[in-house]
Amino acid sequence: MVPISYYIILSAILFTIGAVCVLIRRNAIIIFMGIELMLNAANLAFVAFANQHQVISGQIFVFFVIAVAAAEVAVGLALIVTIFRTRKSIDVDQLNSLKG
Amino acid sequence: MTLIDFTSILPLIFLVGWASVLLLLDIFLTRKVEGLTAILAGVGLVTTLAIAGTNFGISTSAFNGMIKADGFSSYLQILFTGSGLVGIALAYGYLKRMGIDRGEYYPLLLYSICGMILLAQAADLIVVFLALELLSIPLYVLAGFARPDPASEEAALKYFLLGAFAGGFVVYGVALSFGATGTTSLTGIVAGVASGSADIGLLLVGSGLILIGLGFKVALVPFHMWTPDVYHGAPTPVTAFMAVGAKAAGFAALLRIFLAALPVLAGDLVPVFWILSALTMFAGNLIAIVQENIKRMLAYSSIAHAGYIMMAMVVFGQELITSDAVASSLFYLLTYAVTNFGAWSVVIALEGAEGQGLKLEDYKGLGKKYPLFAAAMLVFMLSFIGVPPTLGFMGKFYLFRTVLEGGFVWLAVIGVLTSLLSAYYYLRVVVNMYMHEGDPEIYRDRLIQLVSVVGAAAVVLLSIFSTPLFRWVSRAVLKMF
Repeated sequence: MVPISYYIILSAILFTIGAVCVLIRRNAIIIFMGIELMLNAANLAFVAFANQHQVISGQIFVFFVIAVAAAEVAVGLALIVTIFRTRKSIDVDQLNSLKG
Repeated sequence: MTLIDFTSILPLIFLVGWASVLLLLDIFLTRKVEGLTAILAGVGLVTTLAIAGTNFGISTSAFNGMIKADGFSSYLQILFTGSGLVGIALAYGYLKRMGIDRGEYYPLLLYSICGMILLAQAADLIVVFLALELLSIPLYVLAGFARPDPASEEAALKYFLLGAFAGGFVVYGVALSFGATGTTSLTGIVAGVASGSADIGLLLVGSGLILIGLGFKVALVPFHMWTPDVYHGAPTPVTAFMAVGAKAAGFAALLRIFLAALPVLAGDLVPVFWILSALTMFAGNLIAIVQENIKRMLAYSSIAHAGYIMMAMVVFGQELITSDAVASSLFYLLTYAVTNFGAWSVVIALEGAEGQGLKLEDYKGLGKKYPLFAAAMLVFMLSFIGVPPTLGFMGKFYLFRTVLEGGFVWLAVIGVLTSLLSAYYYLRVVVNMYMHEGDPEIYRDRLIQLVSVVGAAAVVLLSIFSTPLFRWVSRAVLKMF
């Protein structure tokens, strides 16, 4: 059997990749993918810990997180499409009209 | 679901139902009645307020300890529904004037309040996460409500990306805390720590990630980058609602999680809180000085005020004054809400089409032309600085008292110094209003006038009765632990 710690390390790596992706990529869709990766890293950690503690609740939480992520996708993609219609670009570096 | 479960989340159930009905009504109502959605939304909020009011004084936990109904949650629910009512009053005329009079505004606002209400009651980390998303997702849409205005769209996307990023931190933090203790219930975590079965190191990392996520939501430096842009680009009534509601909800979660459930981590986290608080007060007030746009100035001012509330969190772990800390931060949230809504109502009254009338120089001559609005703005600015006899002074007084009781003299000194610093930019508005010639234009709107006048009166009058008010707030938090 694969030890639990391997899953946790994998999930930490996934989370880091997601966070770095959000910070360094400039395309709104790719940034969004990074965020999804972070949420799924949390899902992996939930399932692994649920197995370690032998409680079912951790696996239930994954469903909650998936549902929330789906709601976020709905709103986020709608926003990105709206921005694309007005600006013909979803590069976040070009979103710089608000300054002060 | 037992009866206790049902009654303890009755305000939430009612408001979710009401918002959903309102959403459908808006689609299926073929003959448009002027302002019907707004009025119905207001009626829904007043009813919720009444239900939350009748729940005041009970102290139960429901849904296997996932939900708590106590004084803390009742107090915040009243604050949130009140903010919602003001949010409707500020928006009604504004949306028409700006040509964005779409009915979805009101159901979205109600859904966001549902999230806040749930967050105030959450006694389980996974409920905290769900409530946080329920309050944030409608706000992302509301920030972009003025589409196809590019500024509003940009604000919405920035808020969405950073909000979702913060949500990722929260949920990973919850996962690690779950790993450390085998439970996400706050009482379960306390019990796990007490019995020694919890992995404290993992719990520390988890709660640190939760702190980062919530720090984004309440705009603590260095997680504040989105705030000025989002507050600037979003429609002004949405900004006002966001600045009060979302921040108060974020602090509700911070207080509940850290002060009530994680005192074991005090040794490691108090220095972090100290630095966050000092940094937020300094950076918020310093950057606000150079702003020329009033929306951006108030955005940095709201960052600075998050720093002040954060001061109360620093005493965490010292059992004797924890309830004092919660009471003073709840009281400060009230003073901040009243003052902030008042100031934003004046901003909305002056705002013209396409972002006109938002510069600080547009306030020149306001004192002569519209003495009532100028006087109200003067009161709000003084309250922001914390000059007696305003509510802002009393709020800061109780906060500083808590900090000094906790023995953090230097933090209190930083708080006082940054308050002095903030006088510079708040008084600049006052100087512009009264000591310069100009010809500002006010948009006639009875609801907004009402909010300004009632707000100014409340800031002065409530400060006189602040002792009984504070005692009432203190009683509200007594049964929290």
